[in-house]
Amino acid sequence: MKEELIISGRMNPGIDPYLSIWHWEIPLYLFLGGLAAGLLFFASLYTILGKEKEMQATVKWGPFLASIALVIGLFALFLDLKHKMYFWRLYTTVRLESPMSWGAWTLMVITPLSFIWSASYIKEIIPKWDWKFDFLNKAEAWVIKYRVGFAWVMIVYAVVLGIYTGILLSAFNARPLWNTSILGPLFLVSGMSTGVAAILLMSQNHLERKLLSKVDLLLIGIELFFIVHMFMGFLASSEVQIQAAELFLGGEFTVSFWVFVILLGLIFPAVLEILELRGYKIPVVIPAVLILFGGLLFRFIMVEAGQITRYLY
Amino acid sequence: MRYAMAIDTRKCVGCSDCVVACQTENNVPVGFCRDWITETVDGTYPSLELEIRSERCNHCDNAPCVRCCPTGASHFEDGGIVSVTHNECIGCGACVQSCPYDARYSHPEGYVDKCTFCLHRVKKGDQPACVSVCPTKCMYFGDLDDPNSDVSKALRHRKHKTLAPEAGTKPQIFYLT
Repeated sequence: MKEELIISGRMNPGIDPYLSIWHWEIPLYLFLGGLAAGLLFFASLYTILGKEKEMQATVKWGPFLASIALVIGLFALFLDLKHKMYFWRLYTTVRLESPMSWGAWTLMVITPLSFIWSASYIKEIIPKWDWKFDFLNKAEAWVIKYRVGFAWVMIVYAVVLGIYTGILLSAFNARPLWNTSILGPLFLVSGMSTGVAAILLMSQNHLERKLLSKVDLLLIGIELFFIVHMFMGFLASSEVQIQAAELFLGGEFTVSFWVFVILLGLIFPAVLEILELRGYKIPVVIPAVLILFGGLLFRFIMVEAGQITRYLY
Repeated sequence: MRYAMAIDTRKCVGCSDCVVACQTENNVPVGFCRDWITETVDGTYPSLELEIRSERCNHCDNAPCVRCCPTGASHFEDGGIVSVTHNECIGCGACVQSCPYDARYSHPEGYVDKCTFCLHRVKKGDQPACVSVCPTKCMYFGDLDDPNSDVSKALRHRKHKTLAPEAGTKPQIFYLT
């Protein structure tokens, strides 16, 4: 038997007895960032494919919601900082080795892109909208003219944003639960799935909803595959990662993860979507809200559980 | 130049003098500590083995905290000492997450704080506070590149280990076993 104790009474707040330096702000941001990435990805994708007419909610409403999500997410990130008045230091340097630096700069590009995109559609939503200044009208006309080019830039940044929310965590090798390269793709797919769910809530068009339901089913399938893959990787890895997996396989996160995230947040809404596609009358709000809730809870659980996993003591 | 520390686990009695010396020397806020004592008991009574270690930031060669810092506040000083520039730190917590030794904490004033190997003393040619007060003289500090330094001599003649080498950080605190 081996017993290891800290006997000098180290009780650093936020560090002991286990790490809890990140609270609700980071998982909320990871959710909103993923959601925005999903919304902007599909808005760009269907613009590039020339389907603006058929996919009105995706192309027009999605980016509005993405802009709001990004603003709330950025505010949550700001709240997380403990030396707040120095936040501008993020933008005085580019640190290629730091995922957080990548994220800060990505947000600096994609947030204005999302706002400009939304602004270019505002007249279709509020017909009486007046930009007041002539240069704004000219700018709007320019954006509308080059919308497809815009979409190409935005789709790249949307993918970077979505994948970075996972890489942010996976780059920390000190937290065995996070330290898996599949987390980037997993968070990207999960973010896209929540983005599609949010569009489903906004869409009034039956055909658009039908297409997006199919896309969502595909995304949920990939997500489930990645999650199984992640646990297979953990169980075939070193002791610390086996212990990390055990938190979910009999440990304290078993019920919250498998029942609420996997069953209620992925499998159940997927079944409802299949039934709806087969012609059963199911209000779209049920699967969509479940997916959004599952995505949010998934990030809270990953951030909380990851901080418990460690190498020593 | 490569500063490092060797700690003799056979001499350390776990008195916590190093912890208190550090808190006093560096004005560590009440309730926090930059170094701490760990006790490992191995075996079953009556054949037990006890190891006491004074632990702190490992000033790693491959420091994940320096890599993940988004502003460059966490950086290497001369001799590989890992240090935080207070007015560049935004308090995002990334470095705290990245440390397998949990050697960093969030200072009540907002920035992240940790062991500095008493850089201000070392620059003057003094020993770090923890080393200078140790009543059993179980700690050796110095330059690994200098074969005549205390730490080089201690490591040459004794078996030693580092903590969690599997984390890949190349720690520079060595424990003589």
